[in-house]
Amino acid sequence: MAKMREPVIVGVADAPLEKGMLKGGGSVLQMQAWAAKAALAEAGMTPRDVDGLLIAGMWGVPGPGLLPSVTFGEYLGIRPRYADTTNIGGSAFEAHVAHASMAIEKGYCDVALITYGSTQKSERSRSLGGRPPVLTMQFENTWGIPQPVGGYAMAAMRHMHEFGTTSAQLAEIAVATRKWAALNPAATMRGPMSIDDVLNSAMVADPLHLLDCCLVTDGGGAVVMTSAENARAHGVKNPVHVRGYGEAHSHWSIGAMPDLARLTSAEMSGGTALQMAGVKHEDFDVVEVYDSFTITVLMTLEALGFCKPGEGGRFVSGQRTAPGGEFPLNTNGGGLSYGHPGMYGIFLLIEAVRQLRGECGPRQVPDCELALVHGTGGTLSSGATCILARS
Amino acid sequence: MYEKPLPIVDPGTEFFWREAKAHRLTIPQCQDCGKHHFYPRALCPHCFSDRLEWTQISGKGTVYSYTVARKPAGPAFLPDVPYVIALVDLAEGPRMMSNVMTASPDSVRIGDAVEITFDDVTPEVSLPKFRLVREAG
Repeated sequence: MAKMREPVIVGVADAPLEKGMLKGGGSVLQMQAWAAKAALAEAGMTPRDVDGLLIAGMWGVPGPGLLPSVTFGEYLGIRPRYADTTNIGGSAFEAHVAHASMAIEKGYCDVALITYGSTQKSERSRSLGGRPPVLTMQFENTWGIPQPVGGYAMAAMRHMHEFGTTSAQLAEIAVATRKWAALNPAATMRGPMSIDDVLNSAMVADPLHLLDCCLVTDGGGAVVMTSAENARAHGVKNPVHVRGYGEAHSHWSIGAMPDLARLTSAEMSGGTALQMAGVKHEDFDVVEVYDSFTITVLMTLEALGFCKPGEGGRFVSGQRTAPGGEFPLNTNGGGLSYGHPGMYGIFLLIEAVRQLRGECGPRQVPDCELALVHGTGGTLSSGATCILARS
Repeated sequence: MYEKPLPIVDPGTEFFWREAKAHRLTIPQCQDCGKHHFYPRALCPHCFSDRLEWTQISGKGTVYSYTVARKPAGPAFLPDVPYVIALVDLAEGPRMMSNVMTASPDSVRIGDAVEITFDDVTPEVSLPKFRLVREAG
């Protein structure tokens, strides 16, 4: 039997932001085309090399965005033989890495391009009102739940009730993440911030304050994958290996979440990925997890098994996840301080790859060899985990 | 003029809303496993049976979790701020999102006993909401 073709990441790029908006302006298609070109260039490739296109986003719906790979493939001028438009929310891109890995292993495609773009801030298209109360949302938006923060707030409330988690513990996450952003020139919010600043910021939906919430920005990015063999043929010096992956979703409506104090989807996807990679929690040098809200991070760390259920508050206390701390987490400044364009997951991958390649300057984690990336989508609905390695 | 979102009723949910209009909280109950579920589905999410019957339930429950919206979900909700959105564990089992109608939103706690009340928001639509049992009467 022939040896499996090993999937590797060979290029990443993110669109430059200025005050949270695409620098110089541009459409959501332009943004993704520029990011794709930059990511492919890292591997000495062009769009001509791409035969697999994976994409998810909120743009162009209803309309061309309903068929995003078909639309963006045409825009880019390519004819992919493999397409994947899986959209499970902000974790879609971690799932795309999983799907592209399988496609590359199987020989179903040779070069996979994953892209994302959003111009929500430039367009001022984000609102707390959410979408029309149709189908399942008849039973949500009718009550005036601010979307998506209301569902996360209810999870935080339940977590506090069951485990005694405090607002100050949640604030530890926002503060540590801001310290990483201060080391990243590309981050949107870089000024100093204290735990009191978080606690004194406006309450949005109890118990979540404004500074417990991610930013609302534009954002775009691209990730290029191929086989290790093809990477060598293109002279790629620093391929990042995909050691494990997993995905799951448990509900859509927050009322259908199996347990509001436990992140079931992350327990499932993380378990699958860790088993596939055959690594232990203490092996990771850096961890990048979705931080739509501070509570998302806390519940993700518990669900992935970095600490026990209910111990997340203590785990993040004392700035353990800040630069210089024992547990480097969300090292680009995260959705909380780098930027959050609606579906943030691709930026977790981009930062993990840059850390593994040793490109992160003042925020570089020393001897970074193994990274865990975990995306969360919907209202704590979906999870997808990737385990990435330098060698 | 009611400007907040109204349910976009479909064939799977029409009976629920018709019952709500008559101030009855009526949800599907599985004739095979006996469990209720909410929101209404074509198959029982517990055992996947399609033998479902609409059953009027007690309207009693407890607060499983909640939030107090300090920012409105759109301009139509601005006059209501702060208001309570809760997940209520109904006595019959299912969990249901709704509002807890109270003059003191800061007093709501997880575990609070609640009971159904209907808010006739338009001539066609009555929304099932909850009030705190300790404030009733």
